[in-house]
Amino acid sequence: MKHKHNINSEISISYIVTNKKLTTIAALGVTIGIAIFVFMNSMMKGFDRTSTESIFKTVPHIRLYKDDETSVPLSDKHKESETIIVNPKIVPDNNVLVNPNALIKLLQSQEDVKVVTPQTNANVFYNNGKSQISGNATGINIEEANKMFNIKSYVVEGNADDLKNIQNGILLGVGIANKMNVRTGDDISITSSKGVLKTMKVVGLFRTNNSNTDKSKSYINISLAQQLLQKNASYITDINVNVNDFNNANIYAQRFSKLTGYKAEDWQAANETLMAAAKMRKVIITVISFSILLVAGFGIYNILNMTITQKINDIAILKAMGFRGGDVVRIFVQQALIIGFLGIALGLTLATILVNVLSHVYVGGDIGYFPIRFEPSQYLKGLIFGFLVTFFAGYIPARKAANVDPVSIFRK
Amino acid sequence: MQTVLETKNVGKYFYDPEKFRVLNNINIKAYKGEFLTLVGKSGSGKSTLLYLLSTMDTDYDGEIWMDKKLVTGLNQNDLADIRNENIGFVFQFHYLLPEFTCLNNVMIPALKLGRYSKQEIEERAYKKLEILGLKDQALKPASKLSGGQQQRVAIARALINDPKIIMGDEPTGNLDSKNTQIVFDIFKQLTTEFGQTIIAVTHDNDFAKASDRTIVMQDGEILSER
Ligand SMILES: Nc1ncnc2c1ncn2[C@@H]1O[C@H](COP(=O)(O)OP(=O)(O)O)[C@@H](O)[C@H]1O
Ligand SMILES: [Mg+2]
Repeated sequence: MKHKHNINSEISISYIVTNKKLTTIAALGVTIGIAIFVFMNSMMKGFDRTSTESIFKTVPHIRLYKDDETSVPLSDKHKESETIIVNPKIVPDNNVLVNPNALIKLLQSQEDVKVVTPQTNANVFYNNGKSQISGNATGINIEEANKMFNIKSYVVEGNADDLKNIQNGILLGVGIANKMNVRTGDDISITSSKGVLKTMKVVGLFRTNNSNTDKSKSYINISLAQQLLQKNASYITDINVNVNDFNNANIYAQRFSKLTGYKAEDWQAANETLMAAAKMRKVIITVISFSILLVAGFGIYNILNMTITQKINDIAILKAMGFRGGDVVRIFVQQALIIGFLGIALGLTLATILVNVLSHVYVGGDIGYFPIRFEPSQYLKGLIFGFLVTFFAGYIPARKAANVDPVSIFRK
Repeated sequence: MQTVLETKNVGKYFYDPEKFRVLNNINIKAYKGEFLTLVGKSGSGKSTLLYLLSTMDTDYDGEIWMDKKLVTGLNQNDLADIRNENIGFVFQFHYLLPEFTCLNNVMIPALKLGRYSKQEIEERAYKKLEILGLKDQALKPASKLSGGQQQRVAIARALINDPKIIMGDEPTGNLDSKNTQIVFDIFKQLTTEFGQTIIAVTHDNDFAKASDRTIVMQDGEILSER
C-alpha cells in the first residue's frame, strides 16, 4: 500500500495517556532502578580505579625475576633407585637475572610494551643516631621509574629528579622521615644486609597513602643498591615492565615468561587478596544492581498486563479489522518502551545528581574525596540494560495479547 | 450473479466440554450486492458460521472461497490483510476504542490499510459519518455517545475501507426500532448503490424478511432458504 500510517503508535500513546497514574509509577520504578544501577556501577568503577592507581604507584604491570630454586641432586645416574634429598635448601645467591641488558632490549622490542626498567632491591636499616628501622631501598633509574610509577605525582617535598645528579641521594617515604626526624637536605645513614654502610642525602619525601609503604620504602640509584649488596653493575633483581593494557597483564606475563625463561608475575597475581576483594565487590554490586533493574522491569510488566486485560475488547476488534499479531505486539512493546524511555531518561539524570553529590563528599584517610565520577561507559550500560529489561517486560505480555482469539471475546 | 463468498462442505467441531459437531455440511453462497440474513433458533450455530466466514476462526473442515480465492489454509497474517481490505464488521456491541474520538475510531482500519493519505482518510471518515447522520459528533470521544450513535459509528468504521462484504452478528440486537430502521436502510443502500454484500445474523424476523434472502439454520445445518 502507498501510505504508511503510524496507527500502532497512536494507540500505544492513548493507552499511556489514559493510565497516567500507573504509567508514572512504573516509570518512576525504572527511574530508581536505572539511577541505582548506574550509581552503584560508577561507584565500583571508582573503587577499582583508585585501587589500581594506588597499586601502580609501587607495583609494575609485570615483574620479571628469577624464582628461588631448590637444590636438586647433582647426578641422576641411578634412575632406578629412588633419589632422596635430605633437607633440601634454596640455592643461595641465585636470584639474579643473567645478562639483564639483553633481556631489557628483548622486552623493549615486544609489542604493546610501554616501559621496561631494571630494579635492584636491597633490604636495609635506616639509622639516625640511635634509632634504627628496617625497610627496603629500591634501586632504580629515576627517569624510567618515574615513567612507570609516576613517582613525581606523590613526592610531597624536594625533587625526585635530584637523584639523577646526586649519586648518593635517597627519596624517603614520609613515614620513615617522620620516625627518623629528617627532612629534605638532611643526611641519613643506611646499612645493608651485607653490612655495608652508606651515608645518603635526602633529596625528597614521598607519600603513597599506603602507610606500610611510606614507613619502609625508599628510592635510591640502582648503582648504589648494587654497592650496598656488594655486587657489580649487572646485578639486577627485577625487570619491571608496563604494557599498554594492564587488564591483560597476565597474558603478557605468560608470554614474557616463555620468552625469557624467567618468572614473570603480573600485578593481579602479585595482589591476590586485593583482587579477590575486588572480585567479590563486583559480584555483589552486579547482583544487586541487576536485581533492582529487574524489579523495575516488573513494574512495566505489571502495567502492561493490566492494560491488556483492560483493553482486551480493543485487541479483539483491532485483530478483526485486520491488525496482525505483530501489530499488536508493537502496540504494547511501544507502550513499554515509552514508559521505559521516560524512566531511563529521568534515572540517568538522577544518577548524575547522585554521583555529583557523592563526589563532593570528603571521606579522608587514604581515599580523600569519595572515589566516584561520571562514567560514560556505565551510563551506556544502564541505557542498554534498561531498554533490554523494558523490552522484555513489554514483549512477554505483548505476545500474550497478540495471541488473543478475537472470536472468544466477541462471543461473550 | 457474481459470487463473493462460498462455502463447500464446511463443518466444525467443538471439543469443550465434549466433542460435538456444531456445524455440518454447510454449502452456501453470497452474491455481490446481496443483503443476506442468517436466522435460526439460539444455539443453532449462526454466530459460529459467521466467525468461520469472517476468517477469524480457522478451525473447521471444508473450504471457504472468497472472490474465487480459497482462503482456507492461509496464514494468520494473510487473513488479517484480507479482513482489513475486504470485510467490515458490526457486532451487537460497538467495540469502539473509548479514548479515541468517533472520527479517529472510523479512521483506524483505513490507517492500517494505507490506501490513502491521512488527509484523504479523514475526509472519507467524515463522509461515512455524514451518511450515518453523525457528522456533528465526529470529534467527541466515542464513550460520550448514546448506544444507538455508537453502533452507527461502528458501522461507519466497518465501511471506511469500502469492503466487499459487511458481516454483522446481531448488529441491531441492542438497538431500538428507530435505530434498527436506520441501520437497515443503510445496509439496503450499501447493497443497491455500492454493490456491497451484507451477511447479517439476526433474530429480528422483520429485519430478515425485508432482506434479499434469508438462510435458516437448525442444529448446525442449513434448514431452508427463502
Ligand atoms: N467456544 C465454544 N465452545 C464450545 N461450545 C460452544 C462455543 N461457542 C458456542 N458453543 C456452542 O455451539 C453452539 C452454537 O453456538 P452459536 O453459534 O453461538 O449459536 P447461535 O449464534 O446460533 O445462537 C451452541 O450450542 C453453543 O453452546
Ligand atoms: Mg449468536
